[in-house]
Amino acid sequence: MSVSETVAAAAAPAGPSPGDPSILTTEQLSVWYGTSLALKEITIAIPRNRITAMIGPSGCGKSTLLRCFNRMNDLVAGARMEGRITFDGDDIAAQGVDAVALRRRIGMVFQKPNPFPKSIYQNVAWGARINGYKGDMDDLVEKSLRRAALWDEVKGKLHRSGLELSGGQQQRLCIARTLAVEPEVILMDEPCSALDPISTARVEDLMDDLKADYTIVIVTHNMQQARRVSDMTACMMLDEASNGNTQRTGIVVEFSPTEILFTKPNDPRTEAYITGRIG
Amino acid sequence: MTPAPLSPSYEPERQSRRILGPIFGLACLVATSTGVVVLSILLGAVVAAVIRGSQGGSVLGTLGHLLTSMQSSTPESAGFRAGVVGSLWLLGLVAAFSIPVGIGAAVFLEEYVSAGRIRRIIQLNIANLAGVPSIVYGILGLALFVRAFGYKNLAFGPTLWAGGLTLGLLILPVIVIATQEALRTVPNSLRQAAMALGASRWQVVRDHVLPSALPGILTGVILALSRAIGETAPLLMVGAAGSILRLPKGPSSRYTALPVEIYNYAKEPDPKYQAVAAGGILLLLALLLTMNATAIVIRNRYARSSRG
Ligand SMILES: Nc1ncnc2c1ncn2[C@@H]1O[C@H](COP(=O)(O)OP(=O)(O)OP(=O)(O)O)[C@@H](O)[C@H]1O
Ligand SMILES: [Mg+2]
Repeated sequence: MSVSETVAAAAAPAGPSPGDPSILTTEQLSVWYGTSLALKEITIAIPRNRITAMIGPSGCGKSTLLRCFNRMNDLVAGARMEGRITFDGDDIAAQGVDAVALRRRIGMVFQKPNPFPKSIYQNVAWGARINGYKGDMDDLVEKSLRRAALWDEVKGKLHRSGLELSGGQQQRLCIARTLAVEPEVILMDEPCSALDPISTARVEDLMDDLKADYTIVIVTHNMQQARRVSDMTACMMLDEASNGNTQRTGIVVEFSPTEILFTKPNDPRTEAYITGRIG
Repeated sequence: MTPAPLSPSYEPERQSRRILGPIFGLACLVATSTGVVVLSILLGAVVAAVIRGSQGGSVLGTLGHLLTSMQSSTPESAGFRAGVVGSLWLLGLVAAFSIPVGIGAAVFLEEYVSAGRIRRIIQLNIANLAGVPSIVYGILGLALFVRAFGYKNLAFGPTLWAGGLTLGLLILPVIVIATQEALRTVPNSLRQAAMALGASRWQVVRDHVLPSALPGILTGVILALSRAIGETAPLLMVGAAGSILRLPKGPSSRYTALPVEIYNYAKEPDPKYQAVAAGGILLLLALLLTMNATAIVIRNRYARSSRG
């Protein structure tokens, strides 16, 4: 073991303490796309069975951070990461960690609804099947669609294409598809940005229901939404030191309980952002 | 209604655009008709030659006769049976070799190799291979498959194996390129959606990427196979027989192919053989049309089932 590794091991906190309240943590996480630094030294801890919101101006790296959690950023050519991310106390980038297995446990709902060009039934069943689900598939499909508050709208046409649904229904189908593989964490990247207020309210209710069993991380541009649904909020900003044209570096300026962040923010930049003065 | 006045930075030139539009349309129509007209003339000439040769009998009857008769020293009894059977054998062998290898190579390049220098180099080479003249593939096939560089017990000799593999190599780059193009039309969001559920790369490719790209892949494959079926030069090189009296029994038999027989009949000085050659061309065209129709049927069926 080299000297630097020893130091890193000593600096890292010892494994998960029993009843560790945080499920996902980052330590000094920096991410590059090619040569440009997109995220700088992010250190946060996502609490278990809570909803954590990420807010911040466009381009500050919210989606990038989300993609790091389930290693979807590995798939981006030229992306590179430094620092440590742990899931349940284990380093997710360590040797021998299978990104494919990790992604089953950390599900993701994308900003733009992207159902498979298959039937509604297949959309939900596929993920479960490739993960070796052995139970009653019809049951699982119904249960997942019910949890995603979509069942009543689609129960008569399960074998129609998922692409025939409206945008809001498609997004809920994507949520149902994610629930069907029973992840522990659900990452949602602006899940409501394409939805009308009624569908948005549905998805928000749904998140509240899911909280008991899942940990949810949601990126949103909607302050009211962050305030309504989340327990913790991370406010991200562009690092002023990096504000050149070539590089936009994101940092976390504040990570606090939502109530506090929106009423008595610690950081003047947070206050400026939530009151609409920057961003 | 008069259009709202524009700021002086805009000069819409409505007049000239109104004229240029139809002119461009007309130019495109002329371009289209060039192909159609030339093809009709060609087809007309071929059909006329067949009718002249059939001496009062029906064209279909003549074609049926050509389809079922072997080669012969008299034009009246000559036909293409050996060539048609040989070409179908070749088609099967070429498809069995080049479809899996070509699609596999394309999937590897598009889905597994990350974009970079290595991929660009391979890409460039494949594009160049697609442009190599077919006779060069014939020479390659002769050295590699027919003679195996002199290792007698490895050599196939002038058999269907050698012909099929040579044509397979010939169309491989075309299949790779067409498949890559088709794979590139599959949106990345689809791959990401599947990966985010914990799917392995292979599961994503098998269940989402390939089915979505299939119509495009099929089109490319069928075009490539059609090209293989019409090739003559490389087959002459790897020893398709000029005259043959027996049908191939299996892939290690000697053979001849439809275009090779057409070529041989057309070389004969006796004008009656010209009519036989023309009939052969119609048979070849019928074969190609059947292949294309099959592709369209498969494609439509597939498009429907993936939508539903
Ligand atoms: N695949 C990529 N390749 C190169 N650069 C990227 C890539 N994805 C993101 N970036 C860069 O990283 C920075 C952060 O992008 P990211 O998408 O994470 O922002 P965001 O906070 O999600 O923004 P938005 O609110 O607009 O979705 C941006 O400057 C962007 O240009
Ligand atoms: Mg984003």
